[in-house]
Amino acid sequence: MTTTTLALDIRRHTLQMVTRACASHVGGCLSIADLLAVLYGEVLRIDPQDPDWQDRDRFILSKGHACAALYAALAVKGFFPVEELEQFGMDGSRLTTHAGYAVPGVELSTGSLGHGLPVSCGLALAAKRDHKAWRTFVLVSDGECEEGSTWEAALFAGHHGLDNLVAIVDANGLQGLGTVREILNLDPLADKLRDFGWAVHEIDGHEHEQIRKALLEVPCVPGKPTAIIAHTIKGKGVSFMEHKLEWHYKSPSAEQLLAALLELGTPE
Amino acid sequence: MRAAFIQTLIEIAGRDDRIWLLTGDLGYSVIEPFVALFPQRYVNAGVAEQNMIGLAAGLALTGKTVFVYSIANFPTLRCLEQIRNDVCGHNLSVKVVAVGGGFSYGALGYSHHGIEDLAILRALPRMEVAAPADPVETRLITGLMAESGGPAYLRLGKNREPVLHATAPALKRGHPLAVRAGEKVAILATGGILEPCLKAAGTPCAMGKHPAVYSVPWLKPMDRQSIAAVARRFTHIVTVEEAQVCGGLGGAVAEILAELPAPHARLTRLGVPDIILENAFSQAAAREKVGITADAIAATIAALA
Repeated sequence: MTTTTLALDIRRHTLQMVTRACASHVGGCLSIADLLAVLYGEVLRIDPQDPDWQDRDRFILSKGHACAALYAALAVKGFFPVEELEQFGMDGSRLTTHAGYAVPGVELSTGSLGHGLPVSCGLALAAKRDHKAWRTFVLVSDGECEEGSTWEAALFAGHHGLDNLVAIVDANGLQGLGTVREILNLDPLADKLRDFGWAVHEIDGHEHEQIRKALLEVPCVPGKPTAIIAHTIKGKGVSFMEHKLEWHYKSPSAEQLLAALLELGTPE
Repeated sequence: MRAAFIQTLIEIAGRDDRIWLLTGDLGYSVIEPFVALFPQRYVNAGVAEQNMIGLAAGLALTGKTVFVYSIANFPTLRCLEQIRNDVCGHNLSVKVVAVGGGFSYGALGYSHHGIEDLAILRALPRMEVAAPADPVETRLITGLMAESGGPAYLRLGKNREPVLHATAPALKRGHPLAVRAGEKVAILATGGILEPCLKAAGTPCAMGKHPAVYSVPWLKPMDRQSIAAVARRFTHIVTVEEAQVCGGLGGAVAEILAELPAPHARLTRLGVPDIILENAFSQAAAREKVGITADAIAATIAALA
């Protein structure tokens, strides 16, 4: 399966899951679909048959509200049956609408922002001290970079030279009530991270070749943690959702779901 | 207590290479022997407690047992959500250790009064909460926590607390420990405040009463049967803690008694009321201010009908 097909699968499943569950955050799911597709398609050293394999790469979705996309990627990769995605958000299901670690392949329950990077630093430090080759990848939102804990961890990772750690920033530019730029501006984010001791790539977070190149060149600079600022579009792939704040909250209607699926097309 | 803690941790770390120690840049003249012996299992996380707990969780996710050391409210309230979500949420073997429980750092002001910790940490699912009374209990509880495999909070005083147990008692997780026999009145104390409780029980001010004294190192778990047995055997229970009575030892015992069929002991709770000490008070002066000195405890007992 190509990463393009995987990304399409993730988007299609996500839209259906969110609609069925009347859940929120579809915009932030669609913005990370390409990143997840390349990660799960070509980068992460994982074994769906053995989710707890000790030497696996760790992936943490710190922006846990986008877990529908993660669950979809995991199901398509075979961590659990794709049919189970229909249980997303249903009473008693392990597929909570923020990432839950009861789901095979999910390393950390998230939902409150600013937790993923500190825990990832702990994982990366453990691998370093234990001389293990596995790596830790963490996907954070740009809005999440307003959390102080994210910067505590950024300082730590730089200071300790955790070059087995990769933080991907889903820079879709939108947060709860507006744009990141107007609410609490992070610019220049790349410079800030460089000042904190990180090697930084800036890429188009929907161009698979760029994502692939950045993720396969880890560590970008030996002795430094890698940050990949992925410029993305909230709602990417569904024209009426793109760049729209409301899709942080709204759940698609049946008609909207149909229109979205038609626009995305079907896998070849 | 902190010396007893670090000595015990060093002993355990010598035979268990899963043991790690993290500090939030505190522990001068305390943690150095651990650092010298196990530099690869030590991290100074800097003055960044939220990240420190996240680090501990990440390390524990790989199978390590991580002790996190700091003072007063810094490793607890400052990073409460990290403890709640990352540590308790994943049932990780992270042991939060705070020195300076109660008014140990009394004169440093309210920022350094560790008085709401017991109530707040006790509310977290899966969290074990213990406040040893002396170096002997500290050693035993540190050892038990290292083996437990889950989240724990160890609340210590400072240093040079007197040894209250001549011989190592048979501590059982969650159970109170009878320290002094008596009748009619039972004093239940958690943490270093056990010392003035023992003094109070032996003072003539108790007006002919001969109170029993129990050390209650564990706020959680708290064995209901043991507390119920004390409540049926005595006419009064007096809880004493260097902490907010709301939700602390007094609160925990009250919860048990409230559901216990009568007849059972009446309850009097001594500890910190709903106030903030804004002026400088040493630990002794702060205890006097809130009525938990030996004399004040004895007077309370004497006044019981």
